Amino acid sequence: MTQKPSRTQALYAWLDERLGLTTINKLVLDRKVPKVNWWYTLGSATLFLFILQVVTGIFLTVYYVPTPDHAYDSVNYIMQGVRFGWLVRGIHHWGASFMVLFVFLHMLRVFYMGAYKYPRELTWMIGVLLFVLTLGMGFTGYLLPWNQRAYWATTVGTQIAGTPPIIGPWITRILRGGEEISALTLSRFFALHIWMIPGLMALLIAVHLYLVIRIGISNPPSKDE
Amino acid sequence: MSSHNPHDLSRRDFFKIVSSFVGSLMGLILGLPLISYFVSPALDEQGGEKWIPAGPLDNYPVGEPTLFTFTLTKQHGWEKTAQSYGVYIIRHSDTEVTVFSNVCTHLACRVRWHDDVSEFICPCHDAHFAEDGTVISGPAPRPLDKYEYKIEDGTLYLHLVEG
Ligand code: HEM
Ligand code: FES
Repeated sequence: MTQKPSRTQALYAWLDERLGLTTINKLVLDRKVPKVNWWYTLGSATLFLFILQVVTGIFLTVYYVPTPDHAYDSVNYIMQGVRFGWLVRGIHHWGASFMVLFVFLHMLRVFYMGAYKYPRELTWMIGVLLFVLTLGMGFTGYLLPWNQRAYWATTVGTQIAGTPPIIGPWITRILRGGEEISALTLSRFFALHIWMIPGLMALLIAVHLYLVIRIGISNPPSKDE
Repeated sequence: MSSHNPHDLSRRDFFKIVSSFVGSLMGLILGLPLISYFVSPALDEQGGEKWIPAGPLDNYPVGEPTLFTFTLTKQHGWEKTAQSYGVYIIRHSDTEVTVFSNVCTHLACRVRWHDDVSEFICPCHDAHFAEDGTVISGPAPRPLDKYEYKIEDGTLYLHLVEG
């Protein structure tokens, strides 16, 4: 007995024929994976956190304003005046720390398992960039609440960035947008935090994942290697 | 793996079901608060009511629509904003006045009294209202709104109700 395909099946078939969903599915989800362990989930956990940060971050910008006269009050308003503001900011706050932690653990597992070797050097190099950019997200995001802690942490951070000889003072001035921390610092950190760094990260994550899928997951090293 | 009963759930299907269930649950747990977060200001208590002193009644000549403006500061999120209001006060006697809101009943531009034609005219889409607030011409769907008022010791008070 042959059954008529249901409407959803028909729709899927129509889309599949044009988009090649089955092929994508095969390549991305049905690929061969060696017998691995829980440490191999750290990259996916990091990806999940990144997406969570993007979503909660976008929602924070509904109320957050990056100017010295309103930044602090707008964060206060998110915490006290907006329904679930504490939740959205709380997830973004803790998600940021967890993301740094997970990126680092992911990197450690790749290192300990020697998974950075041929032919995965490029995946590793892009990963290093992603690690640095994640730290950059934390650094630029930390200023945004514009409270005492934010202000002084950025004072110290931009001062540290100025330690190299000759170019040091220039780096500090570029980061601050001038001699001292001001409205210009806040708005450039905001631009870096919500557009430039995350945009670059999304791009690099895409290449990183493409390489992971193209090359395949490495085998855990065995005794006789 | 060898004995395969077709009624058994395969490992693959089991994971499909579990992941879509857990995924939807997480989406819901985050998604519903996010909707509430976005619409939040619209759900906040709006307005309230207030008696606004409009000065001695003698300030208002009998039979002549006179503009009275006042501002109120309101908290909008993290900012205090001054909101301005305008009303036309027409005194009829020592106990009776009419107070029109200057907000056009079409799409909320502000109407102005034109002495030469004795009409309220809205600059946006040319609505005309008579001295008693009724619509003469134009797109306005109803007469100008009136404020309640009271007169105490010769002072006029307007009743502002919002929300
Ligand atoms: C597209 C992605 C993102 C957007 C649009 C975004 C947006 C924002 C906004 C508007 C704020 C200010 C509100 C607040 O301080 O609570 C903020 C704060 C912050 N963000 Fe992000 N963010 C994103 C991703 C990330 C990532 C990936 C990290 C770190 C790994 C991060 C770390 C932080 C930190 C540390 C703060 C300060 C939190 C606090 O002290 O309250 N953000 N972000
Ligand atoms: S708003 Fe007054 S005529 Fe349209």
